[in-house]
Amino acid sequence: MGDDLFLQIKNINKQFINQKVTSDVLTNINLDIKEGEFVSILGPSGCGKSTLLSIVAGLTKPTSGEILLGGNPIKKPGKDRGMVFQEAALFPWMTVEENVMFPLRKEMRKSEAREVAHQYLQMVQLSNYTKHSPHELSGGMQQRVSIARALSMNPKVLLMDEPFGALDEQTRARLHYELEKIWIETKKTILFVTHSISESIKLSDRIIVMGTRPGVVLEDIEVKVPRPRGEHPQAVVELEEKINGLLKTEIDKVIKEELAYAANN
Amino acid sequence: MQRTIKRIIFFGLLIIIWQAAVKILNVSPALMPAPTDVVKALTTGFEDKTLIYDILASFRRLAIGLLIAIIIGFCLGILLAKNKTADETLGTLILALQSVPSIVWLPIAIMWFGLNESSVIFIVILGATLVITINMRIGIKNVPPLYIRAAQTMGSGGIDLFAKVILPASVPYAVTGIRLGWAFAWRALMAGEILSTGPGLGYTLKYASDFGNMSMVIGIMIIIGVIGTIVDIIFFQRIEQNVIRRWGLETSK
Repeated sequence: MGDDLFLQIKNINKQFINQKVTSDVLTNINLDIKEGEFVSILGPSGCGKSTLLSIVAGLTKPTSGEILLGGNPIKKPGKDRGMVFQEAALFPWMTVEENVMFPLRKEMRKSEAREVAHQYLQMVQLSNYTKHSPHELSGGMQQRVSIARALSMNPKVLLMDEPFGALDEQTRARLHYELEKIWIETKKTILFVTHSISESIKLSDRIIVMGTRPGVVLEDIEVKVPRPRGEHPQAVVELEEKINGLLKTEIDKVIKEELAYAANN
Repeated sequence: MQRTIKRIIFFGLLIIIWQAAVKILNVSPALMPAPTDVVKALTTGFEDKTLIYDILASFRRLAIGLLIAIIIGFCLGILLAKNKTADETLGTLILALQSVPSIVWLPIAIMWFGLNESSVIFIVILGATLVITINMRIGIKNVPPLYIRAAQTMGSGGIDLFAKVILPASVPYAVTGIRLGWAFAWRALMAGEILSTGPGLGYTLKYASDFGNMSMVIGIMIIIGVIGTIVDIIFFQRIEQNVIRRWGLETSK
């Protein structure tokens, strides 16, 4: 298996039909993602980045095109792709530990599953909270459990849909640090959807910048700033300005459309 | 604790005013007995154990009826939530039946089952099933789509998804359904017993009324109210609060 053929997104198109009006959400998306790569999909709201991730997860069907993971086409959700949503999506009737054991319960004995769960909870530094209920944890802690849960099934790809979008600034910074550490430790391929430019520069090897209506890939940027990125502020700022320039016209377009829409209603 | 003190003072005053009013106005005990008469009637009833047997008999019917209602209600609720055609047809019928007090079924139940326990249990089942069905249906329909999507990405689907995610996620609504089901069942049971046969609290109330024993009538009314309140507040509301907190449904105050 060639490195370049790990995760292939081929000619993905997606249209939504709402009250007989067809809208193009994604047109002609083509991406090749290497094994172990940390790729961010960056774009303003409405660019279809979350839809694209949902298609990779198998939760949404594309109108046309296909996704290949290790050469195999993706038709439905599967444990080879772990997903972390913007909300932690933990099951409230289970303890933290039981939540992490959920994807493992069919393939291993309970004691074994518990061991694996503890191992990943330790990775996100929540070993002391295994018996807690999700509602007893803060938002940041819940999201860490959610990451541990996705990792526990040892997926080939970790899909993250604005996972830190609902958290406060300090918690987010802390989780950036932890996620980078986990990524280095596990060597997972990560597909990370975000609308934050600085977040994408801080974390990823590659940034796919998307434009809106219909969603297209504007540019595929390789982030060459050495890690840890915090030690190279000059390079980060330069890249940030470049992406800002790219997105400015897109955001203007969205605002103009929204104003026109508001004026018509 | 302050709330308890307020309540004790309130009920104490109520009883004193009641006693005073009956004595001062010199009301006949056949119209309105004083609290002391009621206490006397209740003491006799408990001493010869008739009231205890009545309470146990009523609870037995209630338990059988409510259990059957929960089973039928859960099954129907799941059916309505999962099958659109059933929801549009049977669902409408259930909503229509919900507006008919279950006691009006008693004459026909007596024709079917005879003047016996089965008729009363039938009324209890009917009273509780519909509200449990309606809540179960809402519970399953209101499962957050995010839970389902998350479970799917973890390899869950079909019956496994239903049993491990959708059903547990709908527990808060199921608990509310059972609590309302109990309230409907309790009312239906008393009505059924008054109009049908004993032993049971409702039957003894009717019996006392036939003999003009108003102290016993009011005594039993108090027992019915006390039992209803205790079960609702101490049992169901507590469970409901716990479930709501745990399931993260608590609305910020």
